[in-house]
Amino acid sequence: MKKTIHFREVTNNGTGYWGLIGILGLIVAIGLGATYYMEHHGHYVTGMNNQIVWGIPHVFAVFLIVAASGALNVASIGSVFGKAPYKPLAPLSGLLAVTLLIGGLAILVLDLGRPDRLIVAMTYYNFKSIFAWNIILYNGFIAIVAVYLWMLMDPSKKQYSSTVGFFAFLWRLILTTGTGSIFGFIVARQAYDAAIMAPLFVVMSFSFGLAIYLLVLMAGMKWTGRPLGDALLRRLKNLLGVFVGGVLYFVLAYHLTNLYATEHHGYEHFLLLGGGIYTQLFWIGQILIGSLIPLAMLYHPGLGRSRTAIGWACALVILGGLTQMYTIIIGGQAYPLVLFPGMEVSSSFYDGVVAEYSPALPEFLLGIGGFGIALIAVALAVKVLPFMPQTLEDAVADPHHGGATDAAAGKAA
Amino acid sequence: MTRLFKPLQSLVLAVGMAFLAIPLLAGAEVPRPDIPQANARYSEAQGCVEPTEEMRKNHMEYILHQRDETMRQGVRTKQYSLEECINCHVPKPESGKIVRSDSKEHFCSSCHSYAAVKIDCFSCHRDTPMPDAEPGMHRLGGGKGHHFTETETELTADVLRAATEEGLQ
Amino acid sequence: MSEHVDTSRRRFIGGTAGAAAGMSIAPGVFLNQVAQAKPADQPVTSENRWGMLIDTNKCGDGCDACVRGCMEENGWGDINDSEPHSAPEQKAQWIRIVELRDTRTGYAHQLPLMCQHCKHPPCVDVCPTGASMKRADGIVLVDKHICIGCRYCMMACPYKARSFIHEDLQDQLVVAPRGKGTVESCTLCVHRVDRDGADAVPACAEACAAEGHDAFVFGDLNDPNSEISRQLALHGGTEIRADLGLDLGVRYRGI
Ligand code: SF4
Ligand code: SF4
Repeated sequence: MKKTIHFREVTNNGTGYWGLIGILGLIVAIGLGATYYMEHHGHYVTGMNNQIVWGIPHVFAVFLIVAASGALNVASIGSVFGKAPYKPLAPLSGLLAVTLLIGGLAILVLDLGRPDRLIVAMTYYNFKSIFAWNIILYNGFIAIVAVYLWMLMDPSKKQYSSTVGFFAFLWRLILTTGTGSIFGFIVARQAYDAAIMAPLFVVMSFSFGLAIYLLVLMAGMKWTGRPLGDALLRRLKNLLGVFVGGVLYFVLAYHLTNLYATEHHGYEHFLLLGGGIYTQLFWIGQILIGSLIPLAMLYHPGLGRSRTAIGWACALVILGGLTQMYTIIIGGQAYPLVLFPGMEVSSSFYDGVVAEYSPALPEFLLGIGGFGIALIAVALAVKVLPFMPQTLEDAVADPHHGGATDAAAGKAA
Repeated sequence: MTRLFKPLQSLVLAVGMAFLAIPLLAGAEVPRPDIPQANARYSEAQGCVEPTEEMRKNHMEYILHQRDETMRQGVRTKQYSLEECINCHVPKPESGKIVRSDSKEHFCSSCHSYAAVKIDCFSCHRDTPMPDAEPGMHRLGGGKGHHFTETETELTADVLRAATEEGLQ
Repeated sequence: MSEHVDTSRRRFIGGTAGAAAGMSIAPGVFLNQVAQAKPADQPVTSENRWGMLIDTNKCGDGCDACVRGCMEENGWGDINDSEPHSAPEQKAQWIRIVELRDTRTGYAHQLPLMCQHCKHPPCVDVCPTGASMKRADGIVLVDKHICIGCRYCMMACPYKARSFIHEDLQDQLVVAPRGKGTVESCTLCVHRVDRDGADAVPACAEACAAEGHDAFVFGDLNDPNSEISRQLALHGGTEIRADLGLDLGVRYRGI
């Protein structure tokens, strides 16, 4: 009785599609131009300095990398946890995971002091470095997800897809933990010296990845004139709500444990109360705009049914996620290192003062360019390969209309 | 099989020969690089620290080897050190002429721009001799000059000799 | 070997073992003295561990002679106009004077802060390419040949000892190659250490002594008879943020 779902390449050929490709291409081109400008002159044309060594590009890059592993979640719920309604969503989820990761890595590489030495990064490895491990994790992720996609999309290999899917799921957990550990290993900085950093990154990835996925799915189905069922969408948006709540919970836990440890009081006070821009970004950007408002929208009985509202909620989660990255990455660096506890310190090298950072335009352009790379890759890929299902009508995709399984899926993930 | 192979073979040959001819034709337009003279010779018999042909082909190997030994192990012999390359091959600033690595008159660039091989040395290393480069240390005279690899025994022997001389004075 | 001793070499030898040449009679004494400064073609070994002891009580109020000494020696900073385009927050600082004031007692003093040449350096642990490295003799350096400018080491260093170069440089000094897109920090005047061994005096220490403050002692922490080891045995020394357990090569007194 159950109808099977067919996947088809996108056949749009009009100005809509090519216009989208054109806009995304322009964004990528501008990003590359900005990179050329920064690398040609050197980083003095950016807002980065010897205090804030990782700036806006890293905010975007880490966000995309974290979101990439989260985007794979939808597929994992389908193949690893056997939730049937999620299965037709899997190919797009895998695709998005790869392209977001590539977008993020591109930013990271283009912001190096010596991007021309990429080959060095690939040939010289310091195996003690979590950074070097991450390079391996990222490449492995792309490879595994590529194999996974092949298994999913080649009918003769279907039977392997859940095994490979399980591997991919494990790998993405390790990958996000690794990304979180980049910060967790920095013992000397008050903001990062916390074991909770790695799990926090994992829930963040769930939330950001799903938000991007949902937006891409809704736009993709709409623009190609394919139906997307309300019940399926409700499932996904409820899941997003669970994840956003999860991030909120871990943020709370992070700050509470920090407040418990006396040596971190200074940083907590800085971020939560007296940190100026960082405090505002934390409360207004991350907590209010990035968590509470989207939560309310997603669970509001009326708004929760509106696709526009769901789309906006996703956009706010993404915005809030970028803000959260900003407070973690930039705020964590801005707060001065504590070298002499109990002493007031000052120096020509900005010891003891909150570091200044005013990001320059090219940094933003590079970061947005990373998004452009990820999205243009998706737009091109869905045209040449059948990543998108022809229909996601409820009758086909989600015959049981179950609301009860949502919570279970959320917990399992 | 063979019949197909024959014409293919001749096609490959023809294309190959055409490619070989390109440098010959191009040679007519691009003048051979004008490689600046070094400030001195390594020895009566030999211009550079190894025979010139060897240096043309493999200078990067020597420099690379020296680079890692100096950087990581503190080995500071001078024979293959970049500092000495520059001291000998690039005009000194006090000669009134400053030749930078982006100029074709710079020894390294004269050839590298011709061969279109990017040099990655001079973003960090200076491309001219130090203004105060001590003439005794850095100008190659005849004989061995400073181009020796100082082993412990040699040094000891030298110190001993110096001491004996001083003692005899 | 050539038959004569040419003058340039005499000068070279004079710098290292000349003092010994005057007083020695027996060849054996020579061998010892020569072994002090490593021959140029020998690699450094873990027999030595170079370090510094800084007595902040001797550090003159408002004095920054060591900082200027380092700038002169290594070519960074305003006196060399080395990074004209970079904003002050972007310019490199290999060594800086940190002023301290105890919030309870009001006691104020200052100290020079630079790379502490950690025995377990976080910068080395995190560097993806191995550009951040520790030599066998304990000196921590950046191998700018393979540094990709990711700045992770700067994030990881607890002492903010490192700087990133934000623009093209020109006319660097031979002893201190440095350039755009790579990271740098205090080298403990490694070129002097390689030349003079235990007799080496880093530029900061030299400048401090010239100013009459003499706050620095450079030497071999592995040699119990070195001046630095004896002073540490006698008066002790503090490591900044000793709680991190990094076993620093630079120790302080008076903080
Ligand atoms: S002080 Fe900083 S730069 Fe120096 S060795 Fe320690 S961690 Fe590395
Ligand atoms: S900036 Fe250079 S030295 Fe520092 S961690 Fe990156 S590659 Fe290593």
